[in-house]
Amino acid sequence: MRDILSTLIPRLGRSGTDSDRSDAETSERPASDRSVDGDVSAGDPAVRADGGVTDQRRSTPGRVIDAVDDRFGSDFVESLPFWGPPFLLMGLFVYGAIVWNLLISLTDFTNFGSPDYSDLDFEMYTRALSDSGVISATANTFILTIAFTVATLVVGLCLAILIDRGIRFENTFRTIYLLPMSLSFVVTAQFWLWMYNVNNGILNIAIGVFGAGPIDWIGNPSVVLWAVVLALLWQFSGYAMVVYLAGLRAIPTEHYEAAQVDGASTLKMYWRVIIPQLKGATISAAVVLMVFALKAFDFLYSLVSGYRPPNGADILATKMVRESYGNLNWAYGAAIAIILFALALAIIGPYLVYEYRRGHL
Amino acid sequence: MSDTSTPATDGELDGSDDARAADRPGALERIDASRVALYGFLIGLLAVYMVPIESGLVTSIKTSPTGVSETLPYMPPLLPETLQFFTTEKWQTAFDALSRGLVSSALYAVPATIISAFAGSLAAYGLTQATWKERYKAPILALFVAGIFIPLQAVLVPLSQFWSNIVNVADLLGFVWALGINDDYAGIVEMIVTHVAYGIPICTVLFRSYYKNMSEEMIESARLDGATMRGVYRRIVLPLSTPMFAVVLIYQFTQIWNDLLFALILISSSASPAAPVVLILAGLGQSMEGQDFPLRMAGAFIAALPTLAVYVAFGEEFAEGVAS
Repeated sequence: MRDILSTLIPRLGRSGTDSDRSDAETSERPASDRSVDGDVSAGDPAVRADGGVTDQRRSTPGRVIDAVDDRFGSDFVESLPFWGPPFLLMGLFVYGAIVWNLLISLTDFTNFGSPDYSDLDFEMYTRALSDSGVISATANTFILTIAFTVATLVVGLCLAILIDRGIRFENTFRTIYLLPMSLSFVVTAQFWLWMYNVNNGILNIAIGVFGAGPIDWIGNPSVVLWAVVLALLWQFSGYAMVVYLAGLRAIPTEHYEAAQVDGASTLKMYWRVIIPQLKGATISAAVVLMVFALKAFDFLYSLVSGYRPPNGADILATKMVRESYGNLNWAYGAAIAIILFALALAIIGPYLVYEYRRGHL
Repeated sequence: MSDTSTPATDGELDGSDDARAADRPGALERIDASRVALYGFLIGLLAVYMVPIESGLVTSIKTSPTGVSETLPYMPPLLPETLQFFTTEKWQTAFDALSRGLVSSALYAVPATIISAFAGSLAAYGLTQATWKERYKAPILALFVAGIFIPLQAVLVPLSQFWSNIVNVADLLGFVWALGINDDYAGIVEMIVTHVAYGIPICTVLFRSYYKNMSEEMIESARLDGATMRGVYRRIVLPLSTPMFAVVLIYQFTQIWNDLLFALILISSSASPAAPVVLILAGLGQSMEGQDFPLRMAGAFIAALPTLAVYVAFGEEFAEGVAS
């Protein structure tokens, strides 16, 4: 079958989707067909068959492949072994699991064992909507995501503009600003726990210089979320900087020069000419940062070494894991996960459409 | 404190930058007041960025609790009057607690990194270099891209159901445990498969961005000469992918090594022999008497050493990986 495949496919590749024509063409191009796939099955006698003979030899599977290729494109069947298995594995674990999760969220599954799928209802969702814990976790998720994303983009942009001023040791600066991103949330949580320590933490010593404090950064429910935002900002502003640097490098030098010839000040030039051109970089960085914010679970878990984050810092991600793995309310946890997924989809969906329209997919 | 250490490293690391700056006409004349202010600001910021790490490092060599409370958090205990608070014992304790975790982490992080990178390369090749209709290709690509951004909480409950009720690795690999290996290591197999499955989307997208810019003429002429897709991949695409493999391997290794969520769900107990380093670290240095910060800091550095080493050695590739 391999020889039939390999004689067919390159030919279709050249004639595009038009298979009616290809039959007529084979007799005109026996030479190229004969050389097809020489390296893989050179010793195979069937390969020596020229175009005209191949047609008669085409077996039923060959015809099916022909039809499938005709419908999906010339390399479809031959490329299937490459992207098929990864796609299947990823599809099952990602999309299969999401569908399954949706199903579990409709059951009343708690404790150990397996869910009972015979009685499906939306009880868990009505429960979630009337749960003040879920409401505040949703609010905290929004605050954390938006504050962190906006702050990181602003800091990243400023860093990128400063570093793009043609400075020396640019790579060193970049490497150090990006360094925190290579660390695990578990590791950075240890560092920041120490930074925020009430008695000996550097932050309290620093604000003590100005006569303020000490503040219980982690223990105070109205401060802790901002403390988390600051720690995440430290960890990921280097990422925003790298994305913006790539965006700045893509802007032609003439734009800078033209703005300077027009007599615009440096500040005005960036605000009017350069920053508007960074729209694409901003959007893609923002989406990735929002995803990082959703992963803040690891950070919050490590702060307390447990499922219950500091008071005032409960987000949907921590609430979901606590309900499922702490309280064994699997169905309820699954319902919270679906709410979180829907929120994420509201960001990802438009982003994917936007990227597709720009031809970046 | 970190200000003094940076210029030294600058000089060592960045000979290439120096050369570039010197090539530029007028590079020397441009050193004026605003430049000085710019450098001053950037170096000051650098110090701010290094504070959490520096503070952690100096704290890790202090005694607890007196050393921590008697010295400033950013001062190393190396002055004559604070030398009594210096100790390397915390590093020793942290290493004893974490060393088995380092082994477990490596046991799943290395195979999962290699497999997911290779799978991503294959998938990206099949979706980029092969010609089939964009109409059908686009939704499949969209599923790959969306797979990067899915919040993992949405798959956790099914994931633990899958590994406990449908595919029970501990039962399936009975012959391995019969050899005397602790059956907790089934968690390692689960971690490998899980990390590969959720790593494929990002690997595919990274490789795809690379393959899109690869010279089409070479591949097209190879195809015209009758090479199969497999032949083209093996002879042309794979050898040319080496730089991208470096990027993807480094990025994936960092991600998998650093991830806590899956370890928490699939291995759950930090007492398990298969517990990875992040899981042990998350509970290190906590007791009823309070938190042992020097121990935590030493543990944090030990857990971070592999990714830090990779980052220091391959910072360029890492930056490229995150930027695309």
